[in-house]
Amino acid sequence: MPSNKSVSDAPIVQFTNCRILRDHRLQREDLWVREGKILNPEKLFFDEKGSADVQLDCKDSIIAPGFIDVQINGGFGVDFSLATDDFKSGIDLVSQKILSHGVTSFCPTLVTSPPSVYHQILPQISVRNGGAHGAGILGAHLEGPFISKEKKGAHPEHCLRTFEAGAFQDLLATYGSLNGVQIVTLAPEMRRSSEVIQELTKRGICVSLGHSVANLSQAEEAVQHGATFITHLFNAMLPFHHRDPGIVGLLTSDKIPAGRRVFYGMISDGIHTNPAALRIAHRAHPKGLVLVTDAIAGMGLAPGRHTLGQQVVEIDGLNTYIAGTKTLSGSVATMDTCVRHFQEATGCSAETALEAASLHPAQLLGIEHKKGTLNYDSDADFLMLNDSLYVQATYIAGEEVWRQDVSGM
Amino acid sequence: MKLIILENYSQASEWAAKYIRNRIVQFGPGPGRFFTLGLPTGLPRDHPESYHSFMWNNFFKHIDISPENVHILDGNAPDLQAECDAFEEKIKAAGGIELFVGGIGPDGHIAFNEPGSSLVSRTRVKTLAMDTILANARFFDGDLSKVPTMALTVGVGTVMDAREVMILITGAHKAFALYKAIEDGVNHMWTVSAFQQHPNTVFVCDEDATLELKVKTVKYFKGLMLVHNKLVEPLYSMKEMGVERSQSKKPYSD
Repeated sequence: MPSNKSVSDAPIVQFTNCRILRDHRLQREDLWVREGKILNPEKLFFDEKGSADVQLDCKDSIIAPGFIDVQINGGFGVDFSLATDDFKSGIDLVSQKILSHGVTSFCPTLVTSPPSVYHQILPQISVRNGGAHGAGILGAHLEGPFISKEKKGAHPEHCLRTFEAGAFQDLLATYGSLNGVQIVTLAPEMRRSSEVIQELTKRGICVSLGHSVANLSQAEEAVQHGATFITHLFNAMLPFHHRDPGIVGLLTSDKIPAGRRVFYGMISDGIHTNPAALRIAHRAHPKGLVLVTDAIAGMGLAPGRHTLGQQVVEIDGLNTYIAGTKTLSGSVATMDTCVRHFQEATGCSAETALEAASLHPAQLLGIEHKKGTLNYDSDADFLMLNDSLYVQATYIAGEEVWRQDVSGM
Repeated sequence: MKLIILENYSQASEWAAKYIRNRIVQFGPGPGRFFTLGLPTGLPRDHPESYHSFMWNNFFKHIDISPENVHILDGNAPDLQAECDAFEEKIKAAGGIELFVGGIGPDGHIAFNEPGSSLVSRTRVKTLAMDTILANARFFDGDLSKVPTMALTVGVGTVMDAREVMILITGAHKAFALYKAIEDGVNHMWTVSAFQQHPNTVFVCDEDATLELKVKTVKYFKGLMLVHNKLVEPLYSMKEMGVERSQSKKPYSD
């Protein structure tokens, strides 16, 4: 069919015979892509009198926006908190491998480390678009060192710090630079945290509360100063108490400023949180749930010992502990397993499970106008999945960057 | 005329769809040989989302039509009368309308040819009746002041020039209009009645729409369903086109 495009000569691809996730529902619609973005076929038809150059039959797959992992510490033997000579190739390896898990954008996460590590590593993490080379990097997630000693979890105590002397300047000195930093996790009960939270928020950095013993009022104050995320809900924070719900209480707090939403990360690998707790959180505040993997270097590798920054961790099946202890440290879950486990545990719809890994993280980072949805003019980062939510193919900017090998699983 | 009476809305729609399909296949369209399907204008073009979206979502996106072959009256054209005249020319250039498919309003209007429209009218700017404005208010958040009071429409005469006209009428609220259209005289207050003077008209309706007709009329046409159903069975396809076309014959003419 001759096309007569007045806007662009770039080829138009029409994905047919599929169900796309749009407006929170799986709809039987075709997906149109041009120049790496989702195209509006109606405008193409009437305004440009254009039509598709290529039509692809998706064999009744589900098409969903690509997953966004905002907390991943490494994988496949690579540890984002370890300053090695080949750090760059390490991050490239991970970004390429996670395509098979359906992740099209991620925030490489650094655990509590000495300042020298930040100064060495952060300049090597640059925000970049994804593609055939791997998932896109949205920016670093700095989890620590401004966290609570009592809730350090797997973080090394000797590297913990406070910013009570110089507030934001202390933080800046520790990290070296905030270029390319997307998220900072800190404990809001620390003195002068409000100033720090305000400064970070002003710079467009998402502030997350975690590894903390804050009570609900301290948490609410932090939110009022700009915090919008909770790092792995339930883990490394005070447990819910009916007279002081702590950070967990933010899910149903009435002190959240109007127009804002608090998001919370959940590692739904079946280990970090009992399914019943996952269900409670989901039911209390379904629109805030963000699936994260919190994956560590051992993810994708055989069981055994691996590093996590300054620590050594031991992998045994799906459990990852600080070597010789029962302290959980990260996970080896993959994003697509988390999505499936989340759906199974909560009995939610496929749409809800998929949005928890795509739309919600995009909303958290304020990028939903271009990521996390299949809306017109969004970046064409999407996945083809089967009905059991196994990823069959991954696309970034409209190009196929990974496909399930048909011959072997 | 042929009056096709089906039990309900779905069956009426399906019969009509099969008929249109057979008509298209039997016509044998190809490059340079267009099967021109006429459809009435919906909401005025001034609401750009609504009519084009309606046509896109309900028709165009499901078929492989070339955008160049879609002609919709543009209510935003600088010279509306010129737009209407050009539309008439385009119809001629495409070989004339082969089949016009439309519905009627409760006031018996075809397209936007409201009561009082000339029965020989052509494509033009037409004022809308209050009934139509009220019905369209839902596209403008219920605000009557926002609803356009004029629309571009094909004329009664334009539709009369089509080689065949199919009118779909379903629902009890259209029953009186159907009665006026086929059992009463030709009258410009019920513009659909003009098709009594067209050599090739098909009215497809459901039981509810026949509520105001004489029992005699309904029984007569129901009795003809055996013959009328030959128009939709067998269902032709473009692939078998060569063989079937030579064998098909219209069962009878009006």
